[in-house]
Amino acid sequence: MSHQLSIVYFAWVKERLGREQDVIEYPKNVTTVGELLKHLQSRDAASNEVFADRTKLRFALDQDFVGLDAVIGSATELAIFPPVTGG
Amino acid sequence: MISIAVQEHDFDAGAEINRLSARGGGAISSFVGQVRGDHKLHALELEHYPAMTEKALRGIAVRASEKWELHGITVVHRVGRLQLNEQIVLVCTCSDHRQNAIAACSFIMDQLKTIAPFWKKEIFEDGSENWVEERQSDLQAAKDW
Repeated sequence: MSHQLSIVYFAWVKERLGREQDVIEYPKNVTTVGELLKHLQSRDAASNEVFADRTKLRFALDQDFVGLDAVIGSATELAIFPPVTGG
Repeated sequence: MISIAVQEHDFDAGAEINRLSARGGGAISSFVGQVRGDHKLHALELEHYPAMTEKALRGIAVRASEKWELHGITVVHRVGRLQLNEQIVLVCTCSDHRQNAIAACSFIMDQLKTIAPFWKKEIFEDGSENWVEERQSDLQAAKDW
């Protein structure tokens, strides 16, 4: 059985991928944000490049900041973006 | 009372201060951030994560209201394209005492810079663009509270 997740991108992550969001099905053995990132990297060259340096990326699951080790569980939305620069 | 607004249009800092000061208290502190015109900057483009922005800003304001005795907090943050010297952000706090109002205002700005989902893109006079990177000094300031 696979799981469905909406992934939204912001700032240069969005620009470099060329899209604002994906709705994906991912394998059952993928349980954490870090594992999902590895799965996304295997899809295509652009994802592989954009997600390569994880120190330049931040993540939010269902609109809460999380780390790479966060379990996706029943979350419905993952956001991937650079460190924030508001104010 | 916590008031949060994320909007494209400009804000009237004086009106916001008056609205908050009507809640009483002897001290109102406010901070306005505006677009700084250095390095031949032409404009700033501010992007945000709509589903998360208000939740993040409210979370910061709630933490401030737990740390200091406050009558109210107002946060207004603009998004979209902003020209030089335009206002970007307003934080306003109202308390019985100066120290609480100033400290809470400063705390909210420091936290906002590191955990509110906004991203700034610089657009220069020659047409080139650059996403602003996070600053270590901002991270340190947010941690120091």
